[in-house]
Amino acid sequence: MENIRNFSIIAHIDHGKSTLADRLIQSTGVSDARTFKDQILDTMDIERERGITIKSQAIALPYEASDGRAYTLNLIDTPGHVDFSYEVSRSLASCEGVLLLIDAAQGVQAQTLANLYLAMENNLEIIPVINKIDLPAADVDRVIEQIDQELGLDPDTHLKCSAKEGIGIEEILEAIVDRIPHPKGDPQAPLAALIFDAQYDPFRGTVIHCRVFDGNVKSGDMIRFMFHNTVYRVEEVGHFLLSRAKRDRLSAGDVGYIIAGVKTVADVRIGDTITLNDRPCEKPLPGFREIKPVVFASIYPISSDDYEDLAVSLEKYTLNDASFIYQKDSSVALGQGFRCGFLGLLHLDVVQERLEREYGLSIILSVPSVRYRFTLRDGTVTEVDNPSLYPDPTTIAGSEEPYIRATMMLPDRYLGSVMKLCMEKRGLNSRLNYTGPGRAEIIYEMPLAEILYDFYDRFKSVTQGYGSFDYDLIDYRESNLALLDILVNGEKVDALSQIVHRDRARTRGLQSCERLKEEIPKQMFRIAIQGAIGGEIIARTTISAFRKDVTAKCYGGDITRKRKLLEKQRKGKKRMKMIGSVAIPQSAFLAVLKSDTD
Amino acid sequence: MKTLDHGNNLPGLYIHIPFCRSKCSYCSFCSTTSLELIDDFLSALFTEMNFYESSFGRFDTLYIGGGTPSVLSIKHFRQILTHVQKTFRLTEKPEITVEINPVDMNVNELKALRHMGVNRISIGVQSFNDDILAFLGRRHTGSQTRRTIADAGRAGFENIGIDLMYGIPGQDIPLWAETLEKAISCEPEHLSCYQLTLEDDTPLGKRRRMGEFLLPDEDRQYDFFMRTSTILEGAGYVHYEVSNFARNGNLVSRHNSKYWNHTPYLGLGPAAHSLAEKRRWWNRGSLAEYLADIHAGKAPVATSETLSREELRLEALFLGFRTKEGIHLKNFNTRFECDLLEEKAGTIKTLQNSGFIRIEDGYLRPTSSGLAVADSLSLI
Repeated sequence: MENIRNFSIIAHIDHGKSTLADRLIQSTGVSDARTFKDQILDTMDIERERGITIKSQAIALPYEASDGRAYTLNLIDTPGHVDFSYEVSRSLASCEGVLLLIDAAQGVQAQTLANLYLAMENNLEIIPVINKIDLPAADVDRVIEQIDQELGLDPDTHLKCSAKEGIGIEEILEAIVDRIPHPKGDPQAPLAALIFDAQYDPFRGTVIHCRVFDGNVKSGDMIRFMFHNTVYRVEEVGHFLLSRAKRDRLSAGDVGYIIAGVKTVADVRIGDTITLNDRPCEKPLPGFREIKPVVFASIYPISSDDYEDLAVSLEKYTLNDASFIYQKDSSVALGQGFRCGFLGLLHLDVVQERLEREYGLSIILSVPSVRYRFTLRDGTVTEVDNPSLYPDPTTIAGSEEPYIRATMMLPDRYLGSVMKLCMEKRGLNSRLNYTGPGRAEIIYEMPLAEILYDFYDRFKSVTQGYGSFDYDLIDYRESNLALLDILVNGEKVDALSQIVHRDRARTRGLQSCERLKEEIPKQMFRIAIQGAIGGEIIARTTISAFRKDVTAKCYGGDITRKRKLLEKQRKGKKRMKMIGSVAIPQSAFLAVLKSDTD
Repeated sequence: MKTLDHGNNLPGLYIHIPFCRSKCSYCSFCSTTSLELIDDFLSALFTEMNFYESSFGRFDTLYIGGGTPSVLSIKHFRQILTHVQKTFRLTEKPEITVEINPVDMNVNELKALRHMGVNRISIGVQSFNDDILAFLGRRHTGSQTRRTIADAGRAGFENIGIDLMYGIPGQDIPLWAETLEKAISCEPEHLSCYQLTLEDDTPLGKRRRMGEFLLPDEDRQYDFFMRTSTILEGAGYVHYEVSNFARNGNLVSRHNSKYWNHTPYLGLGPAAHSLAEKRRWWNRGSLAEYLADIHAGKAPVATSETLSREELRLEALFLGFRTKEGIHLKNFNTRFECDLLEEKAGTIKTLQNSGFIRIEDGYLRPTSSGLAVADSLSLI
């Protein structure tokens, strides 16, 4: 156990987490140049494109330190987005220390802080690492000052590196050995292992990633998941090298995997404790929470013929993403589909992109919603995340919506515009701290629903990209809700219905109408687009009819060319959704979600 | 209304003359200015005629188009007509049209054509405005054009058609109306009014892509279209097809009407299209390829297709909606086993209520504003 170090790298997006991970992997010789692919830990295309890690990964790095002893450094990579903060916390709970990576040019950002707090909650050793010191814009002194003043850490403990250029890597490895405590635990005690991730392998079923705190586990053992209270027989245990490396056993202090014939990732819960069935530990490891989706939207195939394909793809997709849930749903306008739950907007984006890219599906997404809570006149309380299930307004006695605590860090020159944005988004109880010269941290409580709709884009835009944002859910609060319907030529398009705060209904209605107007092509008839609450029209736009489309002459009997043009048009029309006599393209459904600043 | 249906379904013969003295800046049709190839071309054309000697019956129309047929001499025309009559049979009173360019032919040459049996002349006027003619790269002026029209009348032509163009950069609606009035004062039997459309590979198409000028937007196109219809119908012309107007129902282009109702036609010369039953084919697009094939002893066909019923049906719809006469519901039902009134009842009702179509004498007919959106109507 003395020769093991379990650590994570935590950082704000784009501060170089994956690059540093790659560099550590490379310099400890786990991968040679031939197998090395940039950013090994981020394996999905989407992750690489967006520069964020969505799924955790782990890898054991063999390292011979300057003291001449051989160590195993278990690097547990963490998801890098606010939507996945619970997963981050469970990964951190599996470590004894972290590298807190800070971009030398950008300095401390919102997620730097959020991650630091998570690490502190887990009593981890924190090693501040200033990255990208080779950049012309690097300002190391300023970052050291921030480490001191904004993070409250001892500025003398920092290391400097350029992961990209391979500068300072050796010092980091030495610091991991020197400063991060080795794991402690009792190998003789009953097994207690923390699940920090689970991934699906088509041949072996679910591969459970875990950290063993006490006891040990080997193949043949009967293990129990304490939350689910389910029992499985262990088939294989091992460590993570570049691929899985089978071992006889995992013991206290180890990070590794367990394969135990678990069919899907949904059968395990991240944060759950694994123990032995016949010799259980006294109580589960702390910190377990059952994570619940907070953002909901329906997915429909563009062509109803693709419904079966969509069903199969969703089934496959959930094998590897336990935080994504779905059930059958149907829309009058769009036919059969699925109601889905996501951890946040980014999660929703990821799911949508993967369905389109990896499974080749064309889908339409309904307007995302949070889960509202209604108290009815008869006293019953009902939760609604689907506008189509909005209660009869005459029966509603009260309504509540989820609130978040939004933490934003930004240069103070943007404070005015950010405060304006937050107020527009119904932000409350702001708290302002000056964290350093010219830098501010501002905290607002605001409805989660408000950040689903064009918040990120506008925040980025008003802070010119210098602001960073983090949030956590706090509670449900009383609200005054209404169901906003969108009508196209008098027909309700249920997939565009939204539950909104009554005060915001008119603005939201107008915005939705305007967006649709931009996206729906002119047709032979005037198209009226209306926003309505109950029977009352509160917003309206009109798409004028086109009046002429006949141009190409059919000269000299060349009719084929013209026919082909029309066939193409007809095909395009088939890819649109017909709402009454109006053809609505897929882009129109997406546009309703987008911000004005795009 | 008796317009397109002349009571016969006899095929039409088209001959493409791929020569011009100069290339107009908007034109993407097959033509060359290498006039020295005319004799080669004609002998190839006569060979091509022989390929089809037995496969078509009597032709009811002959249309010599281009390019610019009027670059040919009277001797050439005589050779062509002689060869046509030698190879094929024509009906008793065929419609024989020749396209000419203003200034190419004097009154004597026109008389000679008339004596040969040509009974319809189609003059590529385009505009009476000299600035616009220059922009289009035309070789003639407005006053020369009026002289040619008058000459054609003096030469004995009783069916004179003129082609005009609208939607040209620099041309507003009053200027276009002026052109129309000048055209009307020449009292032609037939007018074709085309909206300028530009292929990217033409000189004007390139200039447009460079952003040198804009073509009218859809609202303005509509204004041009409707003004054209109003002015010409006011002057007594029948707007019988999207781009075509005739003094009366007997003066519609019999030849072009065949294209619009799937009557068979044989097209000879480069890039010419043909239709026989469900088969459509078209010739090699350049004169060089055309000549090469003929010299190699084979038909100069580039591509042929056999139209599926679905394809024919779509064509019948879009061609039908381009004509004032519209779609004969019973014939459509017989051909495609599709009762439009029943299958598209809802859509047709909406279109009727919106004033795009009407049902009349067993036809589904576009109104004037319906003609303007004929493409969309065909996708019902």
